[in-house]
Amino acid sequence: MNDTSRAGGAARLDIAIAAKDYPAASGGSRRALENLRLTLAKGEAGALVGPSGCGKTTLLRIVAGLDEDFVGRVSLPEHGRLGMVFQEPCLLPWRSVADNLCIAAPNASQEEIAALLAELDLSEHAEHFPGELSLGLARRAALARALAVKPDLLLMDEPLVSLDPALAKELREKIAALIDEKRVTTLIVTHDLREAIALADEIFLLSPRPARVVTALRVTTPRRSLTTGAADALEAQAREALAAARANDQ
Amino acid sequence: MIRLASLALLLALWQGAALLSDPRRLPGPGPVFETILAEAQLGALFSNLLATLARVAAAFLLAMSLGSAIGYAMGRNRVLDRLFDPWLVALLNLPALVVIVLAYVWAGLTEAAAIGAVALNKLPNAVVVAREGARALDRDLDDMARVFRFSGATRLRHLVLPQMAPYLAAATRSGLSLVWKIVLVVELLGRPNGVGFEINMAFQLFDIRLLLAYAVPFVALMLGAETFLVQPLERHVSRWRRGAARHRDRG
Repeated sequence: MNDTSRAGGAARLDIAIAAKDYPAASGGSRRALENLRLTLAKGEAGALVGPSGCGKTTLLRIVAGLDEDFVGRVSLPEHGRLGMVFQEPCLLPWRSVADNLCIAAPNASQEEIAALLAELDLSEHAEHFPGELSLGLARRAALARALAVKPDLLLMDEPLVSLDPALAKELREKIAALIDEKRVTTLIVTHDLREAIALADEIFLLSPRPARVVTALRVTTPRRSLTTGAADALEAQAREALAAARANDQ
Repeated sequence: MIRLASLALLLALWQGAALLSDPRRLPGPGPVFETILAEAQLGALFSNLLATLARVAAAFLLAMSLGSAIGYAMGRNRVLDRLFDPWLVALLNLPALVVIVLAYVWAGLTEAAAIGAVALNKLPNAVVVAREGARALDRDLDDMARVFRFSGATRLRHLVLPQMAPYLAAATRSGLSLVWKIVLVVELLGRPNGVGFEINMAFQLFDIRLLLAYAVPFVALMLGAETFLVQPLERHVSRWRRGAARHRDRG
């Protein structure tokens, strides 16, 4: 049904999904994704933005190789090594934070793990169990784990959801700095346009279910020097594009 | 401390009951401990305890490892589960005695037949418990392991076993006591040594002192195994839960 080149080979992330259907409770099937195409250049960050329930997480699961029941093709950046930050942090609760990193990244040295923990301000929590961490800390630990495997593609599912505003801002800045520093190809799923503008080089606006890419917006200003004015302009542009798409559908 | 007091109370009850009854029917702790010492000096106590302990260990390890593997496979695979569930129910309801007698008839009065028969009695129980554990495995963690490409060994050690540990501990608890009880029957029916063999001798002679002199040390041994092996191990594998609880208390 699908032709997924998991090993990658291409330098960029290339997604072309003709259709993804779910069996509906009432029998028959519901279409989650249709004619969805997007490409993301190596080292860039892309954000998938769309209304809740539009199939963003479904798309992310397909890219992650967790769902192979779709029509289409996904080719990952070279080597195809994935790092993923799940919405629930998904750490092993019976292993310490440091062990969680070592287990996911058996090839990383102790120094690399320690450096990564220090970078995310987790050094003092290295020997703690995930159950002892707050959600914000657990997300950071999950991010550290995803980076520990030196991914060719970093996937993030709503990395800032259900954090209080101050924590969300802090983690957003951390993620932005890490994307700039590591130059890892990153795909972020979010429902929050401002978050996408702050983090991404390219924003893919998704339609309501069945989801397709309505338009791709380029964020030309670098993450660090993004002003509120520029962000406002981009947001207005995005809302306009979404409204136009909605008018087209009707 | 409470554990010690509870044991002392048990001894006191035994002593009290012995005082009220005929010493040949129920000898008190004193005479029984004298017999234990006498048997120990002969060396018979240790050789018989050791023979029984070896059988318990072999049958238990065989049943637990095989049972956990089968239970895991059945818990993870629906077709296997449907296919073998009737077998499991049949085995669960097959009387221990039938399995033992059949094993001795088919395989002769051998050590392999004895241990195999005991393991087969414990097996379905281990399968049922391990299957419950496998069904309760966290799907999100499974997804995580797939994305991060955990190797088979890593998955088993860091993902599957920690989640199955409480189930395996429960199976160990009930398993050890079940296995040792069945080992005695096997020894009584067809082995030339072991606690079960000695108890059969005591029964032939109506020697309750001898019977208790073998039963009590073995029970003590199993109690020791539970206190000094099973419980510390359980505490060790569940220490992450205490950490989380401590955090909640603080927060």
